[in-house]
Amino acid sequence: MARQIGEVILDLRNISLRFGGVKALTDISFNVREHEIRAIIGPNGAGKSSMLNVINGVYHPQEGEILFHGQVRRDMDTHDAAAAGIARTFQNIALFKGMSVLDNLMTGRNLKMRTNFLQHALWWGPAKREELEHRRKVEEVIDFLEIEHIRKTPVGRLPYGLQKRVELGRALAAEPKMLLLDEPMAGMNVEEKQDMCRFILDVNDQFGTTIVLIEHDMGVVMDISDRVVVLDYGKKIGDGEPEEVKNNPEVIAAYLGTQH
Amino acid sequence: MAFFFEVLIGGLLSGIMYSLVALGFVLIFKASGVFNFAQGAMVYFAALAVVGFIDKGVPLWASVILAFIVMTLFGIATEKFVLRKMVNQPPIALFMATIGLAFFVEGLAPLLFGNDVRPLDIGLVDEPIPAILDSLNIVVSRFDLTAAGLAALLVIVLALFFQYTRVGRALRAVADDHQAALSIGIPLQHIWALVWAVAGFVALVAGMLWGARNGVQFALTFTALKALPVLILGGFTSVPGAIVGGLIIGASEKLAEIYIPPLMQSVFSGNFGGIEGWFPYVMALLFLLVRPEGLFGEKHIDRV
Amino acid sequence: MFYRETGQFKTSYGADQQIFPIRQDRIGIVLLLAVAFVGVPALGSEYFFSAILIPFLIFSLAALGLNILTGYAGQLSLGSAAFMAVGAYAAYNFQVRVEGMPVLVSFVLAGLTAAGVGILFGLPSLRIKGFYLAVATLAAQFFIVWCLTKFPYLSNDSSSGVISVPGVSILGFDFDTPRSKYLLVLTLVTLLALAAKNMVRSTTGRAWMAVRDMDVAAEVIGIRLMHTKLLAFAVSSFYCGVAGALYAFCYLGSVEPDGFSLDMSFRILFMIIVGGVGSILGSFLGAAFILLLPIFLDIVLPALSELLHLPFDGATVSHIQLMVFGALIMFFLVVEPHGLARLWQIAKEKLRLWPFPH
Repeated sequence: MARQIGEVILDLRNISLRFGGVKALTDISFNVREHEIRAIIGPNGAGKSSMLNVINGVYHPQEGEILFHGQVRRDMDTHDAAAAGIARTFQNIALFKGMSVLDNLMTGRNLKMRTNFLQHALWWGPAKREELEHRRKVEEVIDFLEIEHIRKTPVGRLPYGLQKRVELGRALAAEPKMLLLDEPMAGMNVEEKQDMCRFILDVNDQFGTTIVLIEHDMGVVMDISDRVVVLDYGKKIGDGEPEEVKNNPEVIAAYLGTQH
Repeated sequence: MAFFFEVLIGGLLSGIMYSLVALGFVLIFKASGVFNFAQGAMVYFAALAVVGFIDKGVPLWASVILAFIVMTLFGIATEKFVLRKMVNQPPIALFMATIGLAFFVEGLAPLLFGNDVRPLDIGLVDEPIPAILDSLNIVVSRFDLTAAGLAALLVIVLALFFQYTRVGRALRAVADDHQAALSIGIPLQHIWALVWAVAGFVALVAGMLWGARNGVQFALTFTALKALPVLILGGFTSVPGAIVGGLIIGASEKLAEIYIPPLMQSVFSGNFGGIEGWFPYVMALLFLLVRPEGLFGEKHIDRV
Repeated sequence: MFYRETGQFKTSYGADQQIFPIRQDRIGIVLLLAVAFVGVPALGSEYFFSAILIPFLIFSLAALGLNILTGYAGQLSLGSAAFMAVGAYAAYNFQVRVEGMPVLVSFVLAGLTAAGVGILFGLPSLRIKGFYLAVATLAAQFFIVWCLTKFPYLSNDSSSGVISVPGVSILGFDFDTPRSKYLLVLTLVTLLALAAKNMVRSTTGRAWMAVRDMDVAAEVIGIRLMHTKLLAFAVSSFYCGVAGALYAFCYLGSVEPDGFSLDMSFRILFMIIVGGVGSILGSFLGAAFILLLPIFLDIVLPALSELLHLPFDGATVSHIQLMVFGALIMFFLVVEPHGLARLWQIAKEKLRLWPFPH
């Protein structure tokens, strides 16, 4: 592969997150390097989605700090995260159901739009030019994901697998530096999973996008990721290359149950 | 100072009336997640039904029973023909449907039971209680106090009903989780119909008390609207919240009406009466900014 | 057979993003505008202008305003009439108090005033949504109407807040006949509707809809909730404010605060429910429907009462009107939640295939 794994661009240090009395994450540290595919695995309720939510500022951890692009912060803010080039998809698809595929993807580019609502109201001139320019970019994403035939369809009417793909498209439309994928292949059949794997690898390869993903399918995880972090009950129990993690006794115990 | 307490007590007692309407809202919201805007219209409907039957020569007790039957039928019909057909729609659409329902009821009630303002005599008189007047020099209406007692009784009965009957348990189960309740064989639709009947009963009590105090008239629906800020204060799912919220709204709007206009007149010229028309709403709005979940509501965490 | 997009190939994204991508629609809208601007003024009667067309256009504008807030941005408001009142009184004050103020400028300032008040009452939307917000907007409804009644300054010291607006005159031309007022209102409403359509099909509108459909996801892709929601409140209130100014200046001539009642707010809400939530066209269809229905009932019910030998008095008619309104709202929400606009769309889709549906 042509890509070159670079420096650490995201470093999470001693993150702890609580909801009232419930501890969702306890003292978790790990980092993500530029251009790599980083997987987060663990049993249900291990805190994987919470981890992603901490990275892009949906949740604010009580303890710890986050280093992103050389800047140390207490926590992230969703808008800052998006502006810094972090895009994501959700475990339960979070598309804008009343809008078409095209509009969903266009929304993904909102941060790159410079015109204001008064120019939009007038339309002719800057607003129209900008709209067309971004439409061109979005069409590239549509081509890439092979969803040309559904671009005008309201996303609410699409089957599940395609919705997942459109959600990936919305994230890609932002031309992110880092992509957070929360179970991108959950509930898909083998063929759809293969497609999705191909898209993820292509994104990583062609655009050099750093990818952090949560996935339950171990085969997929072991195949495509560079490094894997394992969570269980909100604690980190393993971290390293796929081979290493696979042979970690604690990880095996968490997945298969410990024998007493 | 005696005057202050008189206003305060009068406000608290009238607040009980708001609590009663709010209680109907809370019951339906807890059981079905529907924010029933028509609860106020139902109060009007129930009161009008009682006087309507009395007008036709039916004795009071039988009129009340008949009105209760009417309210129950009405609840069942609403559940069957409107809400059941909207199960997959967002809550806000259901809310708008209940606005439609309110209009429907406000047209239907006078059509069935007559339009003119009528008194309702339930054997209570609105006069100061001599003992309190003599000892503390404060006017406390016998009517208001009895009404408050009745309201308290109603709340206790409802609490016992929810806590100790089989139906009550089923209701609480439905309120917690529709899917789970359905999966263990609780007939959801019966429960919803039942809850509308109970809300109808609460509306009937509120409507009779209000009707007896101020006459049965269309203005009831506006007064009933004040239950909305009560809910915001108390939280949509809390029975104690509805009671406490009602008391706070009742007391504060009466105090505001007495004490704010003179203050305003000293700054601006003009007559600034009628503050109680908006005070509860503005108070609820300001309260929302501080505590969006209400006094007794649960804090909501968005899961993604 | 006649309504078909086959053969109309789009060769650029620009062509694909026109307001009306299908040629027949473009012809249709041009015809409609021609009829509205030329045909109707030539043929319509005074009564038709002042009792039907002018209120129809004004309420369409108010419904459009509410639709921006509720239909597109997903924030339910029960206080539209109050924002109309703000517009009406602001325009009046600018006219009366500022010497030589052009009437169109005072309409714009009225809209801006309403927008400011809208932002103020939209602030709670940053922390609350759904029913909570609906109740918060009731505060706007009651508080604003009370202020207009009680502060004599706002109505130029007239008793109980009644105002009589001066005549409308632009560049020396007096808009004093129903026909000329109709043309003025039509022009403004057409321009504002076009602006609304442009907003909802660009980034502004997409941000509104994103917040409506899933606010957490919208935030994650970088949409600022505060900015987006408050903008929706501002634009929506601007539209309602201008509608209110037109209501006073081009329709009634004399208004009182109590005229902008909760009932009127509900009627505007009903217009968008019946017409179509989240549809520009729907705002117009809904306004027409809700305004024409009472006129229709006023004609039909007395005839019906004679036929059935039932005595219908005025009160009965108004009660039946309430019932019909309520029943219609429930009917639409149950059967066609997207309203008349959706029915129109379905009809067009059918027409595309007609006469060979398979």
